[in-house]
Amino acid sequence: MEAVNLLSSNRYTEKQIGYLFISVLVNSNSELIRLINNAIRNDLASRNPTFMGLALHCIANVGSREMAEAFAGEIPKILVAGDTMDSVKQSAALCLLRLYRTSPDLVPMGDWTSRVVHLLNDQHLGVVTAATSLITTLAQKNPEEFKTSVSLAVSRLSRIVTSASTDLQDYTYYFVPAPWLSVKLLRLLQCYPPPDPAVRGRLTECLETILNKAQEPPKSKKVQHSNAKNAVLFEAISLIIHHDSEPNLLVRACNQLGQFLQHRETNLRYLALESMCTLASSEFSHEAVKTHIETVINALKTERDVSVRQRAVDLLYAMCDRSSAQQIVAEMLSYLETADYSIREEIVLKVAILAEKYAVDYTWYVDTILNLIRIAGDYVSEEVWYRVIQIVINRDDVQGYAAKTVFEALQAPACHENLVKVGGYILGEFGNLIAGDPRSSPLIQFNLLHSKFHLCSVPTRALLLSAYIKFVNLFPEVKTTIQDVLRSDSQLRNADVELQQRAVEYLRLSTVASTDILATVLEEMPPFPERESSILAKLKKKKGPSTVTDLEETKRERSVDVNGGPEPTPASASAVSTPSPSADLLGLGSAPPAPTGPPPSSGGGLLVDVFSDSASAVAPLAPGSEDNFARFVCKNNGVLFENQLLQIGLKSEFRQNLGRMFIFYGNKTSTQFLSFTPTLICSDDLQSDLNLQTKPVDPTVDGGAQVQQVVNIECVSDFTEAPVLNIQFRYGGTFQNVSVKLPITLNKFFQPTEMASQDFFQRWKQLSNPQQEVQNIFKAKHPMDTEITKAKIIGFGSALLEEVDPNPANFVGAGIIHTKTTQIGCLLRLEPNLQAQMYRLTLRTSKEAVSQRLCELLSEQF
Amino acid sequence: MQFMLLFSRQGKLRLQKWYVPLSDKEKKKITRELVQTVLARKPKMCSFLEWRDLKIVYKRYASLYFCCAIEDQDNELITLEIIHRYVELLDKYFGSVCELDIIFNFEKAYFILDEFLLGGEVQETSKKNVLKAIEQADLLQEDKNAYCPRAFFLYVASTDAIGCPGGSWLFMKPCCYGHS
Repeated sequence: MEAVNLLSSNRYTEKQIGYLFISVLVNSNSELIRLINNAIRNDLASRNPTFMGLALHCIANVGSREMAEAFAGEIPKILVAGDTMDSVKQSAALCLLRLYRTSPDLVPMGDWTSRVVHLLNDQHLGVVTAATSLITTLAQKNPEEFKTSVSLAVSRLSRIVTSASTDLQDYTYYFVPAPWLSVKLLRLLQCYPPPDPAVRGRLTECLETILNKAQEPPKSKKVQHSNAKNAVLFEAISLIIHHDSEPNLLVRACNQLGQFLQHRETNLRYLALESMCTLASSEFSHEAVKTHIETVINALKTERDVSVRQRAVDLLYAMCDRSSAQQIVAEMLSYLETADYSIREEIVLKVAILAEKYAVDYTWYVDTILNLIRIAGDYVSEEVWYRVIQIVINRDDVQGYAAKTVFEALQAPACHENLVKVGGYILGEFGNLIAGDPRSSPLIQFNLLHSKFHLCSVPTRALLLSAYIKFVNLFPEVKTTIQDVLRSDSQLRNADVELQQRAVEYLRLSTVASTDILATVLEEMPPFPERESSILAKLKKKKGPSTVTDLEETKRERSVDVNGGPEPTPASASAVSTPSPSADLLGLGSAPPAPTGPPPSSGGGLLVDVFSDSASAVAPLAPGSEDNFARFVCKNNGVLFENQLLQIGLKSEFRQNLGRMFIFYGNKTSTQFLSFTPTLICSDDLQSDLNLQTKPVDPTVDGGAQVQQVVNIECVSDFTEAPVLNIQFRYGGTFQNVSVKLPITLNKFFQPTEMASQDFFQRWKQLSNPQQEVQNIFKAKHPMDTEITKAKIIGFGSALLEEVDPNPANFVGAGIIHTKTTQIGCLLRLEPNLQAQMYRLTLRTSKEAVSQRLCELLSEQF
Repeated sequence: MQFMLLFSRQGKLRLQKWYVPLSDKEKKKITRELVQTVLARKPKMCSFLEWRDLKIVYKRYASLYFCCAIEDQDNELITLEIIHRYVELLDKYFGSVCELDIIFNFEKAYFILDEFLLGGEVQETSKKNVLKAIEQADLLQEDKNAYCPRAFFLYVASTDAIGCPGGSWLFMKPCCYGHS
């Protein structure tokens, strides 16, 4: 309270101490906040620049939501008022920036925005510096409102880079003209695609000047000079990479970074490795980056700082392609032997991914992974060894080799438990392929595995027991030996329930069942459905989606369709040999490849009962749900699903990268639904790209009643799959299970963009890389009506641009896909051919996966 | 920038500035973790490291570590120079600044920082303009006495009796720093 009194004092010292106190100690005590806000308001209105400055600093330091509520409307006025002092303008700009960061919803956009943009032209460089920060942040969320800032920023930048070092007086820092402002302007330009040709030429000149200056001899030996100069250079390179359109600049940037790779400053080597990592994913500079491979490998070996070595690993991972994979993987493996513990797990994941991705020869892949387990077994996570088994099972040409190699590897007196797991699994499946050799006869194989048994943990032992029962099927001659092992007290009376149960069940199975049943139950595992590698998912989780996804997305082959949607698995007896959707590998850890129910009493029908009423299984997609799904691509409201019992209606709205969907469940019967549980299911892939939040609904739905569920949606990055809505409930004693695809599609995050013909074609030309364009020619499924087609394109989310295409029969659209991480500009063109009843649809966006997905979605509509 | 920390070689926090809302508990945890990490690094190592999803930029001046946390897309080198410019400002204002100046005149250090950085962004990069603002504010102080660098010495020393850190200059060799 005393502090608040100090605020209203007219004495500067008292006021200053009051503000300092409040900045440090204030919390959201509502009563005090009102008094404080009052005092601040008085100071803001005081027209005394020092008092206004104090008040603005205080708002920026506290930055709470209450303050935003009170002042978010006021500060823009101070910022753009003609008579505001420069220093107050600076504070006001950054103060507003802080409020916008805490509560973007409270800062209203308005006519002040255009006047803020003109601050880029201000005489006072300090004002320009502060304003640039504000504009950059605002432009990230509202690119349209601030797009005029691009040309102003370019001309300001051009004036700075061409100025002599004395021109800017105190804004020159160690002979570098306004480095902070330059960096900020370059950063602002990274919010936008490459500008129009006129501006672009000027910008290219600026970037060239910056690159040229890097070659000039330093004007000072001080580290500050080189730091400031290189800060601008690195930011310029980021912009070049962001635009990714000038091959010449990209290659120059790459060469410049190449020089830094051998610089004596550790900081520069670090940054060069980091920056080159992003360059590696651009098609123009990928080759240029590759020329530095030896230097990078050398960095891995000789750098004394672990964080630099970490960057080198990242870069090797990014620059790897089919031609260099063997070399890079070998280098990473040899580095792994001495690598720091903190980064071992990540290296293991990366080696595993590269080995898989670029394996031409799968025997090399198997060798690599086994080496990985040998060198760094503790850091090999489950995903890695799951994956090697998936691959061995799916490729029959490598199975024999894998069996032979693991058999040899297991000979070592001490081997890692992960190797025992892989060995147990692979020999259990494919041991027969090497059993012909007397050195690896069935009995020897079994004895080898069993010699490791006692040293292993419970899950591994469980896996080995499963391998044994598979041996019973593969090699009848060792059946009695295995039965003896299973029968021994250490198994049948094992303290662990899982082991005990497996021993009992397997023993019974081997004695009771006929060879036919054994052969069916213990059949070889069927191939696993192709889907995103679980290792990749793990690496993404570790590193956060941004770093890895981009790289992968650009390199990934067009296998989108193969991975679309989680596979529905019918819950039936076949589950014994079908991979379940929940675990990546059936049975390895938790469930044995035979039923876990009560011990079998009779051989025949034992499998059916156990799995028939599994309440947790997800029903296959309801018939017709694909059709309904397609209908929602261009509209937001309607009935998604209906049968005799249940109706599901949808109402949704989307703004930028956020959305909200109301799901209405209607009970069409007169009886209550019990244990009514709708669940949203996202595949691992989708989970990182789309955030869905919802609350559970009331588990009982009365007859004739409707319940509502709200789903909040946030699009983090572009995505392909759709979430699945699974509904389970009991109706009159029977269990009902319905799954439908929920129509949350990428185009929902479209914002239409109006543009003139000239602009359109110019942008169209900018997106001329073959990856950026996706085209589809298809037969019309509906009557070809111009008005309906127009409505559909608008419903799809893009703007419909009239009088752009020279042929009036064609349709042209433009829009921006908003995701949390980026915004992706999209252009589309639809050419109908009435005679042939065909359409040709062309999409161009800056991102291949987005073009692909939008084209798929829209093609279904006509 | 998300936050800036100043701490001594002994790991004592000397100044902290947070530009993102965090609970006190969280701030303490971050500080403890970072101080440990940074102090464990050797002198020749690079000044940047990845930490959680942030980038840490730090530099040591004599007995004090200046440590900034920036976001993924921010520029490391320019942040390093933000630190240097702040040290220059302190140095110019206090006249060969040392750790003791910051301990006993922490409020001045905060005022200078506020004039230089606001809301985590650079507000004014001109050394003259920042110091002018501070000097104007000093002039407004009622006791028109010339600024006395050790004025708060006794007052603060009594509350912070745990031991006095060394008073070495932040710029170890005046000749390697050429502002005067």
